[in-house]
Amino acid sequence: MKIWDPRIEEMPAEELKKLQYRHLKTLVYRLYSFSEFYHRRMDEQKVHPDDINSLADITKLPFMYKSDLRDNYPNKIFTAPQDELVRYHVSSGTTGKPTVVGYTQKDLEIWTNSLARSLTAAGLGRGDVMQVSYGYGLFTGGLGLHYGAEKIGATVVPTSVGNTERQIELMQDLSVTAIACTPSYMVHLGETAEKMGISIKNDTDLKTAVLGAEPWSEAMRRRMQEQMGISAYNIYGTSELSGPMFTECSEQNGIHIWGDIAYTEIIDPDTGEQLPSGEKGELVMTILQKEALPMIRFRIGDITSIDESVCPCGRTHPRIERIQGRVDDMLIIRGINVFPSQVEHALLGIPEVSGHFRIVVDRKGALDTMLVQVELNPDSFSDKLSDIMDIRNKVSHLLKNQLNVGVGIELVAPGALPRFEGKAKRVTDRRVM
Amino acid sequence: MKTEDYIIKQISVFSENRPGRLAAIAKAMEEEEINIFAFSIAEAKGFGVVRVLVDRPKDALDKLVNIGFMVSFTDVIAVSMHDVPGGLYEIANILAKSEINIEYSYAYSGKEAAVLILRVDQAEEAVQRLLDNGANLLKSEMFA
Repeated sequence: MKIWDPRIEEMPAEELKKLQYRHLKTLVYRLYSFSEFYHRRMDEQKVHPDDINSLADITKLPFMYKSDLRDNYPNKIFTAPQDELVRYHVSSGTTGKPTVVGYTQKDLEIWTNSLARSLTAAGLGRGDVMQVSYGYGLFTGGLGLHYGAEKIGATVVPTSVGNTERQIELMQDLSVTAIACTPSYMVHLGETAEKMGISIKNDTDLKTAVLGAEPWSEAMRRRMQEQMGISAYNIYGTSELSGPMFTECSEQNGIHIWGDIAYTEIIDPDTGEQLPSGEKGELVMTILQKEALPMIRFRIGDITSIDESVCPCGRTHPRIERIQGRVDDMLIIRGINVFPSQVEHALLGIPEVSGHFRIVVDRKGALDTMLVQVELNPDSFSDKLSDIMDIRNKVSHLLKNQLNVGVGIELVAPGALPRFEGKAKRVTDRRVM
Repeated sequence: MKTEDYIIKQISVFSENRPGRLAAIAKAMEEEEINIFAFSIAEAKGFGVVRVLVDRPKDALDKLVNIGFMVSFTDVIAVSMHDVPGGLYEIANILAKSEINIEYSYAYSGKEAAVLILRVDQAEEAVQRLLDNGANLLKSEMFA
């Protein structure tokens, strides 16, 4: 079993903690001195860099939220000048303004190194041919995996998303051994191959899949592994932290979070209190060495737990359990983040329908489908079907523009949808992962 | 004879595409002892519109609104057709010559003759042309 950087990855836990503390201390001093944003935040919280005298003192520092990035669009909280940036990535902006993430040369190196360790932990290396079927471009998945795979000496096939039959042909022609994509795309690939009369298990060299960017279950992993004759590994990351960075090792028992790169906390989402190892809560991460856009105690919103025991693979860095859900009501539809509040916002701008709606999410084959049921306003009712179809198309177009994902629309009569006195339950998620 | 005497209030009901909707409408009519002369269902993806001609449109509308349906009145005309080959052509041809567009129509077999219900883009004009050409239109008072 190969380890990319044994000196770091097998570092005794105590030493790792010391290293984390040194990075944290440096980070806090740097930000307090040079970032207006962090300086103000820390003053508001009445915390000074001198108050950080141990790793545990991190709890004195303020949290950071996704809204901080949006409110400071595009780059107001960057701590590196533009001429030191070598790349931007931009989120899809599904909750309103997109968020922009910038990278210095060193930020990219750390990101790439993180993935080099992770892909090695998943058993990949020189000799592997890796098809990267995550989107290339503003989305972090494609380029992130691309450079990580090149770093370990694998041969990259940068297929990006779509054109599935061609992807399967290439998989055969170039003897692809590994793939990185969303779990639902993996299922879709398997189904498409089957229609083409190709068995992934028997007719290709595919052995490893690195899957992430949307939730999936252990049951789904087992089924994929069995049907396609592959080992499937969970990968984790978010664009705010760089992009995909962390994967499981061959043990398939938790995602290794490299401690020198990220400090992980699990908190109670309501109180903000840190929770002990093993307890489920909201994942909070501090990226310890980030230059362009430092993230301290970033509240990701994903629910998981942390395991700090040494992994049987020998790596000492903590692992997080596969993501169990979200603190907020975010949905992930075909890899795109969707909030019911966005749907509401879009509907309120359409006079022909009311603000009452319900979202039904299903998975048909490998594809997520999202149906929005919305009440037609009585004034807009016409007994000409074409008039109602026009309204339906209008709603459909507006929602697609807002959400960046196509949704089905079902118009229903006024009052047909349930009303809520407390918190509205607007989402029915029928997906079986 | 005024043309508006022939403009009939049809009840149009929006209906989600699921079992039991027509039954609910029919039950409401039964409870109010409203007689349905004719009806049609137009269906699109996910929804439909039920169109009904009844003897007491106002009562029918109130009842349906009360039980939560989205209902509106639509102006239609009803033509008594000769129940022989060519009967429909006679009517349709009058409207075609007058450049009146039929948005939709449905028919029912009445006690004395076949009746064609028409929703057209110019209702009064259509009535006039049909009368001018000797067609036999049903008066709206039959449906009120």
